[in-house]
Amino acid sequence: MLRFLARRITFGVIVMWIVATVVFVLYFLAPNDVARTLAGREASPSTVEAIRHNLGLNRPLLTQYGSFLWKALHGNLGYSYINSVSVVTLIAQRIWVTISLVAGGAAIWLVLGVGAGVVSAIRPRSFADRATTGLALFFYSMPTFLLGEAFLLLLFFELHLAGLNWFPGSGYVSLAQSVGGWARHLILPWLTIALVTAATYTRLTRTSMLEVMGEDYIRTARAKGLTERRVTLRHGLRAALTPVVTQFGIDVGTLLGGAIVTENVFGLPGLGQLIITSILDQDLPTIIGLVLLASAFVVVANIVVDFLYAVLDPRVRLT
Amino acid sequence: MSQLAAELLEPITPPSGQVVASEAIQGRGPWQLAWARLRRDKVAIGSSLVIAVIALAAIFAPLIARLIGHGPDTQFQSTGLSPQGIPVGPSTSFFFGTDDLGRDVFIRVIYGARISLLVGVIASGMAIIVGVVVGLAAGYLGRAADTVLSRLMDVILSLPFLVFAIALVSVVGPSLTITVAVIAFFSWASVGRIVRGQVLSIKEKEFVEAARSLGAGDLRIMFVEILPNVLAPTIVYATLLIPLAIVFEATLSFLGIGVIPPTPTWGNMLSEAMPFYRVAWWFVAFPGLALVVTTVAFNLLGDSIRDAFDPRGSRSS
Amino acid sequence: MTAELRDPSPRTDEDVLLRLEEVVKYFPVTSAKVFRGKRDHVHAVDGVSLDVARGKTIALVGETGCGKSTLARCITRLYDLTSGKVVFDGEDISNHSRRRLRPYRRKMQMIFQDPYGSLNPRRRVGSIIADAFTIHGVAEGEERKAKVQELMELVGLNPEHFNRFPAEFSGGQRQRIGIARALALHPQLVVCDEPVSALDVSIQAQVINLLADLQDELGLTYVFIAHDLSVVRHVSDRIAVMYLGRIVEIADTDDLYARPRHPYTNALLSAVPVPDPDVASRRERVLLVGDVPSPIHPPTGCRFHPRCPRAQEVCAVEDPVLSLQQGDRTGHAVACHFPLTDGEAHA
Repeated sequence: MLRFLARRITFGVIVMWIVATVVFVLYFLAPNDVARTLAGREASPSTVEAIRHNLGLNRPLLTQYGSFLWKALHGNLGYSYINSVSVVTLIAQRIWVTISLVAGGAAIWLVLGVGAGVVSAIRPRSFADRATTGLALFFYSMPTFLLGEAFLLLLFFELHLAGLNWFPGSGYVSLAQSVGGWARHLILPWLTIALVTAATYTRLTRTSMLEVMGEDYIRTARAKGLTERRVTLRHGLRAALTPVVTQFGIDVGTLLGGAIVTENVFGLPGLGQLIITSILDQDLPTIIGLVLLASAFVVVANIVVDFLYAVLDPRVRLT
Repeated sequence: MSQLAAELLEPITPPSGQVVASEAIQGRGPWQLAWARLRRDKVAIGSSLVIAVIALAAIFAPLIARLIGHGPDTQFQSTGLSPQGIPVGPSTSFFFGTDDLGRDVFIRVIYGARISLLVGVIASGMAIIVGVVVGLAAGYLGRAADTVLSRLMDVILSLPFLVFAIALVSVVGPSLTITVAVIAFFSWASVGRIVRGQVLSIKEKEFVEAARSLGAGDLRIMFVEILPNVLAPTIVYATLLIPLAIVFEATLSFLGIGVIPPTPTWGNMLSEAMPFYRVAWWFVAFPGLALVVTTVAFNLLGDSIRDAFDPRGSRSS
Repeated sequence: MTAELRDPSPRTDEDVLLRLEEVVKYFPVTSAKVFRGKRDHVHAVDGVSLDVARGKTIALVGETGCGKSTLARCITRLYDLTSGKVVFDGEDISNHSRRRLRPYRRKMQMIFQDPYGSLNPRRRVGSIIADAFTIHGVAEGEERKAKVQELMELVGLNPEHFNRFPAEFSGGQRQRIGIARALALHPQLVVCDEPVSALDVSIQAQVINLLADLQDELGLTYVFIAHDLSVVRHVSDRIAVMYLGRIVEIADTDDLYARPRHPYTNALLSAVPVPDPDVASRRERVLLVGDVPSPIHPPTGCRFHPRCPRAQEVCAVEDPVLSLQQGDRTGHAVACHFPLTDGEAHA
């Protein structure tokens, strides 16, 4: 088990190194001159040179690469070009928004997705099954931004015009300020992210449960006199557990790096919004920091998933 | 020669005499069977029709534009906007109404279909080709090749897709080519992984040994013996990859880092339309509808194809 | 290793088409404990020497897991040997590269056990049979098609069915397709890996007869692999009985059936059904106890000793050598410290 973990972690570190290198190469070999951009249009050549010197951009490439890796390894992601705040601080300010969004959304999509999958698998081809499968396919096909905008227009704007301010259209209230406000501001984003994601879970749950419910041991369980509920939940649902856990880990890992679309649609000041603004501002250190962080989330999620997978399914050999 | 085994022939032996080369006795192979099932599947027919209509509209967009007389970028300042500068609604001259600049939304939607289908088909086509070749090589060759290629796929699969794509686009600058390349680059690895898994089990079959004992080379075994056996799941996956690619393009364009205006795509039309939704619902509704209908149709078709290849599968069980 | 270097019964008067010399094939065992210094191996074939005369049939018989299928794949060089030699028609092909093997692929073919797994389900039968022509660039277009149909007719298939898929044929018919494919290039040697064991008994005879007729017609040499002695009696000239990667007894067919020497052969023979119920009821069934031991750690001494009814102390220590019986002229060799005498056989 330990060796397995060690191997997975080593691989994760290698992935992170590759990501860091790719990002470095991408941005430091990019054709646009950062110093000139930052200095503004009217800057004299000497100002540009000074900025270049300040940022260390005139050092040899390998030195820059080395110091970049060394600093990143120590959690120093540099300073934003735009407002001279350290990237780590920027991230720290915003990460709770993203975590709030993903955590709430994940809870909803897990319950909704798996629940719908179970309902649909219990009576295949029934009306309930067809309705759920159809809805799942619809939301699965739905682009996140479109669903988000639809919610925004119909549930915020229209209600707002009708004098009902149930759902705020944008902004974020931290949990510390007001629990109610926090939830109220997040409910539409939660629904958006959850509905789009839940569809995958419904399909996963339904397929794996249907596969298992035909097996002999299910018939044995029924023959033993177990109630149908017990058979379904204990035996049927367990089969769906592994693929669902895998998918869940990867989804959460990916979204933590920035629920880019949802945050932008609802104006939530999270990591996803930060990356879009920093890209528009050409704020290299922030972009790099965010890409590294997002990759780290996915890498960690993968390791956790593999680990859980091995724990849940004893047949998986840890090699 | 036929007398030789006459005593032990099973009753299928032809009447002795001239061997008639006949094409009439055509076997119903796995493809034909799947095709036959697909043709009976109403959902498959419906979704194919929808896709066909959209594809035709996309292909003949310039022709339709000429027939109607509205170019995709033509601004109809007088007819397309009310005196207050507000877009006009659906009418006989503008089927889907006009947008904020007085352009014909209908024409722009069918031009947008060109981009969406182009991106969807080309990106997933590239992803499938690369994925199949890499998956075949990794699964069949094994050893070092497998280790290297599998790790490569693992790395790509463990990158946060959207963040990375956005970061990439921001460096190189948004364009249609980059959008296609980015989508293909991030999609081939999952195809490769699926194909590799299939190949691992197929290469142990005796018919692969039989081919080898006939002197077949690796390339022949990979592409003649193994490839036809992994094609079915690959086709299913390709059909499901197309809507993903379409959504991805729309998302990038919506965020302003995909295909840049004035080239109409459903994504950037939606992004332009949002502020006007109360005065011009059609401006939002039609591109949105086009996008959802297309992705739903492809997903339905993909499910149907999967069921056709494997009738035990989800829908009919 | 004390097994004999050669088939102890070389008959110089016969034309040897295939000679195996001390063929060894080990497979590394993939285990979770990789860092254990020494890796375990499956001793699939552990020193087999054999001569196969041109135009004759030699049968390799043994239980599942005795290494006979591995040996078949060593002969056709689908596997690389761990050591030893495969000499085909006077030329040592045991270290030939794939390229240098190509000409031998035409002379040496294989018929597979599983009529379902050995035909590609996604390809039409005509193109499967034509593979040999395609790969070796023999015949084109109409000529190729004519040759394919000729082959189909030869093996008793309707030539008009070349456009069908394997799934549309029965097991017996599929095996005929496999035979047609193997015969396409007029090979000299055909290795038949349990060609009938997956078939219904009623079909088995048909396929065996077909193979026998084809041998007469085309002058084929067969290496015929089977897991029991009932199938091979009528097709083989000589029989080699294998146990855990070794040959334990080899003799001319009639001789082996009449006078089995090895206790294992005797046990196998007693399992052969006999048509006469009187004989059957009088006959004593020699039952083997226990399972076949692991080929990863084969028993010391004689590999059969843990299951042998005649085993004594020496059997656990000393590996018996495959050698001719005293005064033997028919080439009947056995690897046993205490071989059966004439009167002791099962029937």
